[in-house]
Amino acid sequence: MKKLVNYSPSPVNQILLGLLPFVVLLIVYMMGSDARLSINPSDKLLPSFGQMGDAIYRLAFEPSRRTGELVFWQDTLSSLLRLLAGVGIAAIFGLLVGLLTGALPVIYATFAPLLTVISLIPPLAILPILFIIIGLGEASKITLIAIGVAPFIARDIQRRTQEIPSEQLVKAQTLGASTLQIFIRVLLPQVMPKLIDAVRLSLGTGWLFLIAAEAISSTDGLGYRIFLVRRYMSMDIILPYVAWITLLAFLIDYLLSALNARLYPWNQEGKS
Amino acid sequence: MNFPKNKVPALLFALLASSQTFAKEDFKVCWSIYAGWMPWAYAEQSGIVDKWAEKYDINIDIVQINDYVESMNQYTAGQFDACTMAQMDALTIPAVGGVDSTVLIAGDYSNGNDAIILFGEDDLADIKGQSVNLVEYSVSHYLLARGLDTIGLSERDVQVVNTSDADLVSVFGTGDVSATVTWNPLVSEILSMPNTYDVFNSSQIPGEIIDGLIVNTKTLNDNPALGKALTGAWFEIMSKMSGNSDSAKDVRTLMAEAAETDLAGYDAQLAKTHMYYTPEAALELVNSPQLVETMKHVAEFSFEHGLLGDGAPSADVVGIEMPAGTYGNPDNIKLRFDNTYMKMAADGKL
Repeated sequence: MKKLVNYSPSPVNQILLGLLPFVVLLIVYMMGSDARLSINPSDKLLPSFGQMGDAIYRLAFEPSRRTGELVFWQDTLSSLLRLLAGVGIAAIFGLLVGLLTGALPVIYATFAPLLTVISLIPPLAILPILFIIIGLGEASKITLIAIGVAPFIARDIQRRTQEIPSEQLVKAQTLGASTLQIFIRVLLPQVMPKLIDAVRLSLGTGWLFLIAAEAISSTDGLGYRIFLVRRYMSMDIILPYVAWITLLAFLIDYLLSALNARLYPWNQEGKS
Repeated sequence: MNFPKNKVPALLFALLASSQTFAKEDFKVCWSIYAGWMPWAYAEQSGIVDKWAEKYDINIDIVQINDYVESMNQYTAGQFDACTMAQMDALTIPAVGGVDSTVLIAGDYSNGNDAIILFGEDDLADIKGQSVNLVEYSVSHYLLARGLDTIGLSERDVQVVNTSDADLVSVFGTGDVSATVTWNPLVSEILSMPNTYDVFNSSQIPGEIIDGLIVNTKTLNDNPALGKALTGAWFEIMSKMSGNSDSAKDVRTLMAEAAETDLAGYDAQLAKTHMYYTPEAALELVNSPQLVETMKHVAEFSFEHGLLGDGAPSADVVGIEMPAGTYGNPDNIKLRFDNTYMKMAADGKL
């Protein structure tokens, strides 16, 4: 008989085995939900999949009685715009600061300690300050995401820039390149795929800050809805929203990874 | 194999299971910080609850929960047998969630504790077109709807912004927030800022925002001792805390400390809370036809805002039983105002 250590599943079995825990979780959930609903048909804690489907259908396809909007899509759009704006600003800031501090020793000496200290401030702790300075509107939510994510990206890009072999910089200079040309032709192309990777890693944090900001003050958004209906324990809305956020996060991550592979195929070497 | 279809998941979710089918001797009561509920802090500290529980041969555990919404959700999930909450929340959270609940003790009503506050204007009509920061779906939201009603406006005339109560004070007056609806102690905090005006408050709708102790109806029916012990303890504390004697002030000072304020601060909050210090006063509210009218307002507000479930066909899907009459579906009564135990207290039979 084959030893277990030597058995690796065929590609089809691999997919099936991967799906198995999900199926088990779903079945356990359904049994639990059935058990509770059979005791109390109005139970809100573990709604059936039918109830969740109904709730989301209403939110996605029937205009809200109060505002006339299609709530689900409005929430998704608002949250995505905030997330993209926040992470986008953080990425641009992180790229600039990371490149400059990584490549120019004089800038590094001046700003690297400050950057390190700033990156250690927990962004949620300064949330009340943000609200007082820039109010409760969109700007403060986007700022929170940007502040939460930017130091991480900046430090990552700084490190990646410093890792570029100095031989390349010397070679470019012997060919007559100016500082600006070295930045644009040598450093930037090599750092861009790292930037996309850094953004992928920081998206989880971005979502966290987005939902935290929406929970505190908002008129729409995915985090807003979850914290709003928590008020009357609508798990039939909360659970699908969590699943939807997970799916969106997965899709964004996948798109960025595909973009990286497409734009910078050389960066994939040695990865897999 | 004959798989026990319902038992396995029931066991798996034993932690979440809410059915208190059998008579039992240990009970858990939760409460959160609010002027009208501070007596429960004293109840636990002073041993009064233990005394009454002993009299009826049961155990009662009084637990403070920091987050009000969380306390109601815990009660609805079956973690507690009783919990303090406003009657509107009792309707929209446990009752709509199918947990048959009874208002055992009507403790107080908000008599100015909740207020609509404007910055720079002193007339409620000026609220038109403004953004109003408040905790959505709370009694603040209800107060706003009732206030707008009185001047012929509706919620469509304003823009409601959901804002955590923890952040309301710090952002009010920064220029970003010009209208808010909230409750004490936040109201007095905000009104102490210059150029702020209380343009409508709960004293203008007396008896509509009622706070009390909610008990799981099934648990109560199976264990009348629980109802007797809690009601007895409550009114003993009420008689101890009311008045101006030194001992009453001592009792209130302990409550004030538990609420992280001082005696003066707590008395100021109590001044805007109409406490029912005697069972007779509480009975007057619970037995009144006015209560039926109030609960109709509350149910209609809850329906219009989707709090009875998005799929609810009308405001009267959930039945509310009161001594003076029933509102809503009599076949689906999930919220009951019960005067039995308060009457026993009034008659001195506890």
